[in-house]
Order: sequence, then structure tokens, then C-alpha cells
Amino acid sequence: MAKLFAVTIVVIAILSAIPIVMNYWGPPEDISTHGHGIDEQLKDTMWEAGISFLASQLILAAFIWQYSGRAKGAQLKTFPGGAKGLVVAAFVLVGTEILALGVIGQKAWAAVYFAPPNANAMTIQAQAGQFAFYFRYPGPDGKFGTPHADKIDEGNQNFFGLDPENDVDARDDIVSGELAVPVNKPISMLMHSKDVGHSFYVRELRLQQDFVPGLDLTVHFTATKVGKYEIVCTQLCGLGHYNMKAYLNVLSQDDFDKWMKDKASQ
Amino acid sequence: MSEAAVHHGPPQTFLRKYVFSVDHKVIGLQYYGLALVAVFIGMVLSWLMRFHLVWPNAAIPGLQLLSKNGAPSGVMTPEYYLSLLTMHGTLMVFFVLTNAPFAAFGNYFLPIQIGAEDMAFPRFNMMSFWTTMLAFVVLISAFFVPDGPPISGWTAYAPLSAVGKDAGPGLDMGQNLWGLSIAIFCVASLLGSLNFIATTLDLRAKGMTLMRMPLCTWAWFITACISLLAFAVLLPACLLLVLDRVAGTSFFIPAGLQISDHMQPHSGGSPLLWQHLFWFFGHPEVYIAILPAMGIVSHILINSMRKPLLSYKVVIGSMMTIGFLSYMVWGHHMFLSGMNPFSALVFSFPTLVITIPATILTLIWLGSLYGSRLQITSASLFALGFISMFVSGGVSGFFLAQPSIDIYLHATYFVVGHFHLVMGVAAIFGVFAGTYFWFPKMTGHMMNETLGKVHFWLSFVGAYCIFMPFHYLGLAGNVRRYSSFVDDFLQPLLPVHKFITISAFIMGAAQLIFLFNLAYSRFWGPKAPDNPWDCTSLEWTMPSPPPWNNFGDVHPVVYHDPYQYGVEGAKDDFIMQTSPEQVKTMVR
Repeated sequence: MAKLFAVTIVVIAILSAIPIVMNYWGPPEDISTHGHGIDEQLKDTMWEAGISFLASQLILAAFIWQYSGRAKGAQLKTFPGGAKGLVVAAFVLVGTEILALGVIGQKAWAAVYFAPPNANAMTIQAQAGQFAFYFRYPGPDGKFGTPHADKIDEGNQNFFGLDPENDVDARDDIVSGELAVPVNKPISMLMHSKDVGHSFYVRELRLQQDFVPGLDLTVHFTATKVGKYEIVCTQLCGLGHYNMKAYLNVLSQDDFDKWMKDKASQ
Repeated sequence: MSEAAVHHGPPQTFLRKYVFSVDHKVIGLQYYGLALVAVFIGMVLSWLMRFHLVWPNAAIPGLQLLSKNGAPSGVMTPEYYLSLLTMHGTLMVFFVLTNAPFAAFGNYFLPIQIGAEDMAFPRFNMMSFWTTMLAFVVLISAFFVPDGPPISGWTAYAPLSAVGKDAGPGLDMGQNLWGLSIAIFCVASLLGSLNFIATTLDLRAKGMTLMRMPLCTWAWFITACISLLAFAVLLPACLLLVLDRVAGTSFFIPAGLQISDHMQPHSGGSPLLWQHLFWFFGHPEVYIAILPAMGIVSHILINSMRKPLLSYKVVIGSMMTIGFLSYMVWGHHMFLSGMNPFSALVFSFPTLVITIPATILTLIWLGSLYGSRLQITSASLFALGFISMFVSGGVSGFFLAQPSIDIYLHATYFVVGHFHLVMGVAAIFGVFAGTYFWFPKMTGHMMNETLGKVHFWLSFVGAYCIFMPFHYLGLAGNVRRYSSFVDDFLQPLLPVHKFITISAFIMGAAQLIFLFNLAYSRFWGPKAPDNPWDCTSLEWTMPSPPPWNNFGDVHPVVYHDPYQYGVEGAKDDFIMQTSPEQVKTMVR
């Protein structure tokens, strides 16, 4: 029984590692300028966690195999080095891991959150509401109209609550259900929630950020590969949460200009 | 060590003996029974959810009887999926993982293991249980109100949970009941924790110094300290949430929200305040679930290895360090919540540091196995299984503790796999180990070992089949809390979900073996001797089951630390804590 248990632990440990080593379901290709640091961090952590996982499970299995069912008179032995050795080992091994990953990880985090916005960044406003994302571009004047929560009227497609009659800046604002961006163009996106908490998640962009009601946040990113990518909501927002999605459409500069022109003429 | 023992006479009536009992053992069993009911409901809910995830359009026969709106003709609606998800999480975290390892076993065995006649405040103890029961009834009643249980998840993030019925179904009366239930639960837990602390500090028998307490008693004591501080924060948080909902206050609701075409009449609140308060409780709660399991597993492992752990003090120190650090890390649940990104680094560091005491514990357990005389029983299998699960669930924490990786993995199945393994399965394995170990003492009957081992094998393999693939899904970016997978990138992952669902059915069915074993052994199991496992602690000096006043009129006197195993020159290979026999050498 004990030996079977030991073998089971080894088999489970190895089977668990296979999909990760073979990368069956790993993250999709990164299309951002900052994502590389995150991927590296993930890879390093996978090595360290994977080795800890396999080593612990194998040692557990080995000791169960070796020391179970011994006769009552069998000699008891103490682990060489005793508790002191193990405590020191934990401090040294885990401590090094923490320092290594902590310091490098800080850089990957800083690349997303502490980097100042690029001076040439294009600004877009994102608004999340139950259960859709909307994106707003300032139009030719480069200025966003002021949103008014009480003027939001989805029936009339006034998703941001703009007031073009009284607000000159709002007249040329372009509102879209998809997030179109030019490739390799730094984007500064202001995130606003209309109702409850939502989140903006694009796997390929290695970007996830909550929309917090009452707190407008800015994120920066640069998409480096033309294509269409899914934007999904990752903060439980109500019954339609699973169905709240939009597309990130990364276009060449020419295609983007065309897209913008089409939108403006609508 | 005070003589101020508790005095109450033997119970006279049925009501006093089995229902409104002040006897800590009866109360412990009541908690256990409540946890069993809750875990059964929680498990059935997870079955329904798993079924719906892979066969979203298939009818579940009879589900329409539970909710006509939630499952018209048996097919679950997206909102009903979220209702079940909320109830599953709430039941499991509060009524199972807090109740079973801590309140149930702690109530039954903490007073006995320190040689006390009862808890310090037996009436408070009775009140704790019945208050918990009230919380349970209030929560379950949410199934039967017209709009059903809330859909905001067990974390009840504001403003979704705070603004009322505009935000969706279940957010009217259902959410009120949820808030009330958890507030009531907090009161019960506060009473219980105070009782545990007072009992441990005040009612120890002669010779039972703090450093002679069994490790499970230490774990329950440390857990009580954590629980006292954690629930003291969740209680006001829930009250403020209920006030936002019924009294028009705006603690968690900012101005300018338009929900379902209605401008919300609130202003000035902060959704992040709820998250801070909730996770200030929520992270220590993980340790409220897992620390008692660590103690129980240590206690059982030592007994099964026939030798003490490499260090008793290091284990206690590690558990205390974990308890202490658990208050400094709540922000790691909120890396992407919009709080100042600098604070992510501040919360990340202590989170990573918790790995050190957790690694020390694991290494002590592993190192102690070396050179032991390990006996394989159902109890020791689950204890060893706990170590395996604790490691597997623990290493994934190393990913989530780093804010940069959390950007990718946050709110994916990776997180779900992580906390289910480390706080769900590991803690439940501790409860199973404790049940197989202490059942003879609690009932006077032995459990069936063969059924116990079958139960173990199915649970061990089953748990890995369910929760390991969760990590792969998370690495692929599979978002959690989705009632069905409509996104293109989620389609290729459906076979993995199917595998998980089938595993969940098999593992769940294996739990019926456990239920059967409990019921059958309770009545027809062979009679248990006083000390079937040759264990040293005080509960094994008394008859099985113990009499109402524990030690009778005798006050036990303790001569040894709790783990005198593998003693050379002793009559047996162990010495009871109450035996005056002197020891010469011990293997450490």
C-alpha cells in the first residue's frame, strides 16, 4: 500500500509537469512592448516552482517508500543536520529565490506601471458598463468632450453621455465598440466604469486592469503585431459577465487612418 | 493552570444533552455535523456548475424545482450559475473550512488535550454554535427568496453587491441575506475565538505548560488569535455593506453611477474600501482554514511515524510567523484593483516571505519522515496526502505573489486551482485525517479502514485530476467566473473542462463512501479501545467516548511534552503525557 502510494505520487508529479514542459496550453504569443519582462518572469518562476514541486513530491514519495511498514524494533534515525539545517536551508534557498524574483519582478511591474506616458502617445478613453466596452477617440480637434453620467442613453447610442449640442469638443468625438489602434503606436488609455467593477484583459497584450467605479485609471501599452485580439472582462460584473467582450484591432497606420475616416463619416 | 475549572452538572433532558448542550464535545460534533451538511450542499453546487460549464444547454432534471426562474425546464441561466457560484464559495469558506478544522475539532479536543473539564465559557460556546446555525439558515434561505441567491461571488465586490436590484438578479433580498448571514457568522466566530483563547490560557491542567501542548492545540490557539482579529474587521464591513443597501448610506458606492438606466442616489463611497476590508479578513481566513489542518496533520504524522518531529518549537514558531504575516499581505488580492501601483511591491514582499515559514514546515515534515517507522492507516494517508497537496497548492502561490505575473494570471483558473488545492483540498484532507484518527474517541467505534483507504485513493487522485488542469487553463488565460465559454480562445480548452467535470463527478461520488463509512461505523463499527493508535496525548487516557465531564473528578497531571515516541528503555515505544515514567533518551 505504502509503496503504491509512493509510486502514485511520483506518477502524478511527473504527469503534472508534462503539459507545462511541453507547453500544451501556455500563454499565446506576446504582442506588447512590455510583455517580454512578464513572460521572462513567468518562465523563471516556473523553473523555480517546478523544481521545488518535483523535489518535494519525490522526496515525500522516497521517504514513504523507504520508511513505511518497518518493524517495531527498527532503529529510528534523525535526519542529518536536523531542524537547524532545514531552517537554514529554507532561509537560504527561499530567501535567494525571493530576492532574485522580487528584484527582477519589480522591473517587469515597473515597465507597466511606473513608466511615464510617451509624449507621442495617442489617447483613448475606455468605458466599461454592463456588459460592453466602448472606446472613444478625440477626433480631429484632439479634445475629448466632457462625459455626463446622467446623459448616458444606450437607446440613442450615447454611450458616454456626451452633450454635442452644448459641448463643441464632443461634436467630433469618435465612439467605437472595438478598440482599434495603430501598430507600434504608444497608447495611453483612460479607463472609466459607468456602473460596477469590470476589468480589461487582453492575453496577447499581457495587460489586465480593473475598471473601478469612481476612480479613473490610465494604462499605457504599445501593440507590436497587426491582428485582432479578444478583450474580455475579468471582474465579476453581473449576469452577462461571461459574454462581455470586445476586440482589440491592431492595424497598420494606413489601415488605422482609413478606419478612423470611416468611423468619422458614420 | 488556574483551578477555576468550569462546573456544570450532567445534562438531564434530551434538549440539554443533544440540542442546547453546553458540553464542548457535543458542540464540536454539532459543528462537525453542520460542516457536513454545508460541504454536501457546496459539493452538489459545484457538480451543477461543472455540468453547466461543459453542457450549457443540457437540462439538469429537477433543477427547476429549486428555482423556477434560475433554471426554467432544468437549464441553468447565466445568472443562476453565478448564484450557485456565490453560494458554493460562501458555504465552503465559512461553513466548511472555518467550521470543520477549527470549530469542530477544536471544540471537541482542545479542552481535553489541555486537561480541562470544558471550555472557559460553556454557555458562550453553545451560543457560538447556535449563532453559526442561525447564520447558516439565513444564508440558505437566500435559495428560497423570489430573486434567488446573490450573483456577486463570495467576495461580494462593491458596488455590484451594494447598489441593490438595479445591478441584476439576486442583488435584492438575496444579497441582504448574504450580508446578514456573514455578519452573524462573524459574531459567532468572535465568541468562539475568545473562548478558545481563554480556555487555552486559563484552564490547562497541572503540569500542562504551553510548551507541552500538542501541536494541534497550538494550531487551534493561534487560529483563534487570527480569527479574533480577522472577523472583527469583516463584521463592520458587512454591516456597512448592509447599510449601503438598506439605509441609503454610501460607504462603498461612489457618485455618478448609472445602472440599468437609473442614476444611483449615492455619492462619496469607495469600492476599494470594501476590497481592503474584505481582504484584510480574507487573507487571514486562508490561514484560519489551513493552520488547524497543519496542527492536526503534525499530530497524526508524529503518531504514525512513531517519532517526534525534528523540532516542536520550530513548528510552533513557523505557525505563529504565518499567522503574523497573514495580516500584511491582503493587498496581493488587489494588485490590479487600481490601488497605488507602488503598494503592490509592498504587499508582494511579505507574501513571498510567507513562503519561508511554509517551506520550513514542509521540510520539517519531510525531514521527520526520514528514519521513521511510518504506519499506513487511513488517517496517516490523508496526513501525507495533505503534505503533497500543500506543496502543490503552495508553489503556485509563488507566481501569484508577484504583481508582474499577476497581470497575466489574475482572475484566471490558475488562481482558482491555487486556492482550491492549498486552502480547500489540503484543509479538507486535514479534516479527513482528523476524522479517521479521532472517530474512535468521539463515537467509541472504529471506522472501516478498507473503505477509508478506498476513499483516500479516489480523493487523492481525484483532487489532482480536478485541480492540476485548473493551472493549465489559467496559463492559457481561461478567465474564472464565466458561466459558459463564448470567447474564441476558450473553445480549444473545452476538452480540459470536460475532463475536470468528469473527475469532479467521480471524486464527489467517492465522498459518499466516506459518508457511508461514518454512518455505518457509528453504529456497527467494532468497539474502540481507549487508545487504539498508541497515542500520547490526554484524550487517549479517557474512555471512548469520553464521559460528559471529561476526566471525571480526577484532575489530570501532566509530566511530559506531548510527543514521547520512540523512547528507549520505556515499556512501550511511547509514554503518555500523564505517565510519571521517567525517560532517558529520545530520538529527535
